[in-house]
Amino acid sequence: MLNELVMPWTGKRVCWRASLACGLSFLTFAFAAAGGAAEAPETERSAYESAAVIEPQGQIDNLVLVKLKPLGIQPVLCSDAVFVRRVYLDTVGTLPTAKEARDFIQDPDTKNKRRKLIDRLLERSEFADYWAMKWGDILRIKAEFPVNLWPNAAQAYHHWVRASIAANKPYDQFARELLTSSGSNFRVGPVNFYRAIQNRTPEGIATAVALTLMGARAESWPKSELTGMAAFFSQIGYKPTREWKEENVFWEPLKAPGADTNSPAAGSSMLPIKCAPEVAAFPGGKEIKLPDDRDPREVFAAWLITGENPWFTRNIANRVWAWLLGRGIIHEPDDIRNDNPPSNPELLACLQKELVAGRYDLKRLYRLILNSNTYQFSSVPPASLSEAETNFGCYGLRRLEAEVLIDAINKVTGASDLYTSAIPEPFTYIPPNMPATALADGSITSPFLALFGRSARATGMESERINKMLPAQWLHLLNSSHIQRKLEQGPRLKALFESGRKPPEIIEELYLTTLSRFPTADEAKALEEYGRPGRAGRVKAREDWVDITWALVNSTEFLYRH
Amino acid sequence: MSKPHGPKRSADAFGLTLSLPMSRREAMRIGLFSTAGLLAAHGHLFAAEPPVAETAAKTPGKIKARSVIQIFLWGGMSHNDTWDPKPDAGYDYNGPLKKFLPTNVDGITLSEWFPNLAKQADKYSLIRSMTHRNNGHETAAYLMQTAHMPGERLAYPSIGAVFALFKSPEYKGLIPPYVVLTQPQGRFSEEGFLGPRLKPFATGSDPNAQRFEVEGVVARGITDDRQKKRRDLLEKMNTMGRTMADSPQVSASEEARKQAYDLILGEGRQVFDLSKEKSELRDRYGRHTFGQDCLAARRMVEAGVPYIVINYPGGWDTHKDHFQTMNRQCPQLDQGLAMLLLDLHERGLLESTLVWCCGEFGRGPKIDWQPPWNGGRNHYGNVFSVLVAGGGFKGGQIVGSSSAKAEEVKDRPVYPVDLLGSIYQLAGIDFTAKLPHPMGLEARVLPAASEGVKANGLLTEIM
Repeated sequence: MLNELVMPWTGKRVCWRASLACGLSFLTFAFAAAGGAAEAPETERSAYESAAVIEPQGQIDNLVLVKLKPLGIQPVLCSDAVFVRRVYLDTVGTLPTAKEARDFIQDPDTKNKRRKLIDRLLERSEFADYWAMKWGDILRIKAEFPVNLWPNAAQAYHHWVRASIAANKPYDQFARELLTSSGSNFRVGPVNFYRAIQNRTPEGIATAVALTLMGARAESWPKSELTGMAAFFSQIGYKPTREWKEENVFWEPLKAPGADTNSPAAGSSMLPIKCAPEVAAFPGGKEIKLPDDRDPREVFAAWLITGENPWFTRNIANRVWAWLLGRGIIHEPDDIRNDNPPSNPELLACLQKELVAGRYDLKRLYRLILNSNTYQFSSVPPASLSEAETNFGCYGLRRLEAEVLIDAINKVTGASDLYTSAIPEPFTYIPPNMPATALADGSITSPFLALFGRSARATGMESERINKMLPAQWLHLLNSSHIQRKLEQGPRLKALFESGRKPPEIIEELYLTTLSRFPTADEAKALEEYGRPGRAGRVKAREDWVDITWALVNSTEFLYRH
Repeated sequence: MSKPHGPKRSADAFGLTLSLPMSRREAMRIGLFSTAGLLAAHGHLFAAEPPVAETAAKTPGKIKARSVIQIFLWGGMSHNDTWDPKPDAGYDYNGPLKKFLPTNVDGITLSEWFPNLAKQADKYSLIRSMTHRNNGHETAAYLMQTAHMPGERLAYPSIGAVFALFKSPEYKGLIPPYVVLTQPQGRFSEEGFLGPRLKPFATGSDPNAQRFEVEGVVARGITDDRQKKRRDLLEKMNTMGRTMADSPQVSASEEARKQAYDLILGEGRQVFDLSKEKSELRDRYGRHTFGQDCLAARRMVEAGVPYIVINYPGGWDTHKDHFQTMNRQCPQLDQGLAMLLLDLHERGLLESTLVWCCGEFGRGPKIDWQPPWNGGRNHYGNVFSVLVAGGGFKGGQIVGSSSAKAEEVKDRPVYPVDLLGSIYQLAGIDFTAKLPHPMGLEARVLPAASEGVKANGLLTEIM
């Protein structure tokens, strides 16, 4: 039937209608298997949604609801169980423990408990780990390939990023250090921003700066605009030191652009200019004569990094929103241009205003967004999914990032992965039990992370990280020895299975550990019956417990943030 | 079992637009390969402007290589000590190596470690003038498998990923189109900017073990009954999956899972079952991982897999303990590779199966006797050797030559674009075609002449 329409390994659905039908037939089958009633979806939704009435928490909610109303979309808040899992994953990149989930769900202080949890999570050390990982993608923190940043430099770069996040360094200061630092790649972390750029021509650097700090793809700008901006980056020098793989990045006033690029191919596209340009132009066209006594990068930073510069604040406000909600107000978040307007301009303006008012305190912005009803909407899509997604009428479903996923599996099972690096001089030492989200360097070898679409950190594009389920990923999750071994031998699971507790208690603990919620009555009953017939209510075989955990770990609810 | 088929080919098989129009003028601009002979051979490509996959499908007669087996000697194998021996070069170049073997083709000599290949020289040709002058592992590996200069702003996909991209629409096999035995390369991501869908399927495990437990396909201790019981349980417990069944993301994920189960419980896994081969044949391939890798690769060729990589288990980065390592590994390479060529030949598959074997570079012709190397050889990209066979490549030929001590190219330099271009040509893949870049940037299978990459023409002398 439908099989004919699906190509085996290219796997693209040929027509949407067919896949919908496929989904429906699967649904019927599943209910038959479960012996479930026809109205099962209604009761099942209740595990994910809250009956609480929406009371706008401020300007964000007002601006979102104004958009949703004429579309006839009535958003629903997520349940406490969904919230606790979601907010852990979104702030600290890890699952709550069973205890943390249970305590939160059972906390009677319904008025304040979400706000309090947000405050606590923003202060956890994993917050810095997780967001340094995200920034690592954008800033291309990777020891080797396609750029030789080298292991020591990747560590220094990551250390600077992580420390900045942990200290909640104001974002304008973070951006200024990134743009204007000079010094050794081993000692001054942010100078690696320039070293991590593949194409080190002034145009290549300007393109990377535009992408990173302005959310714009300068490839599509008029050439003159890019050339004008490139002049600000035409006086950067790189010089090796006597220490192997060490390199100083510095202001080299007399440098001719294009004279010393590391890429012959990139150089060939440029005119042979014999001296540094004296005039640069800011994006938008305003020209400026470059002073002799000042690093032109500082001139550019002084223009970019102000509350009045729309490029600067809009980029970061939109990115933070996209990171938390799964979709930018301008989508993609790194494709800002006139013909790609924001879906809700007032909302974006509001976030920008808040950032400036808060002096670029990013945690303040996180807190504001996380406390909004909008962030806390249910992810169960209303009828018109695409309109709801564009206008933030539901929380965007996203598969866990590769690092977050393996950390979650390890947390559930109590197992760990060993990460290594093949790159010598010096070899990177990674302590056992280090979570994947805390890895500094994108070159660290891990077949799992590579398979599950971690960013290649080659371009700094948000889209380099790919969170889609592919057949090869399913093979790994469903059936690999890597995962199977964790399920069978992971010490946390082993202790639980051998704890002597009654099956319903173990089932409850498993649900809280994996899905951060209590099982529904139907689920608990089905699982108690799983295993050898006639043994319901008695101690299960170990194999049955492994199968049950396997099923939970392979469920949509576990694999996705929702 | 019901196996999914894909008779309806779509140019948009990857959700990436695969439109590859190419005007004659554009073809001239690319220039690199537009010698008169090539234009004649490729005349059909420029007649209209169809996607390359369609062109290939229309002219099946032109495709000589239906499958490719790439044996990658990761780390870089010495050329002096193997396929480009220089008996008169002296102790500083040959070390303890004293014996050199004639082969069944006049004029081709190999080192003493390749007695089996010496009997099969009519089946393969040796390129002795491969060069790119790059001595970094990751950059040279990239260069040898993409033909693009490292350090460009795009990270290009390897030749295997390009095969997977162009061959998938017509490929109807039960296992993925691009398979790696057994581990991926690690320091270089094969799929480049094409994304994880074009990643090779890595088998993991060891084909020389009692049972080749291909990671994700064959699970130890889990019977088919238990697999099915588990699958039913998963469907029953997948509460959110049901609630969200309307989400395109969820339904795409369910579809991907269905495909995975087609492999876990279907017939595709038989391809990996080496116990179906006669024990005597397994012995002849060699009871070591590389030998059984070769046997597994042959079974995949029979199953129609377009691109198979064998990443040599162990590696060839012999800065130290060079001769000891060579003494251990070369006989295994010799046994497995010679048997693979013979077996393919006897089954009538060598004509349609292209085999190529080399590392990312060779190794220094002059032995480094100083500590800490103590008789090792270092990275060397100035000249090295490549073995090619089948799939439209003639056997018994030598392409190019190196200088007296194998230190430089003497004549007919062969650059990565020449080698990869020839492989693409034999497989019916248009190497001037555009690759779908996620940002819409201009990217083609092979670099254009204007990109300043060195080229010296396809290997027409052996095609």
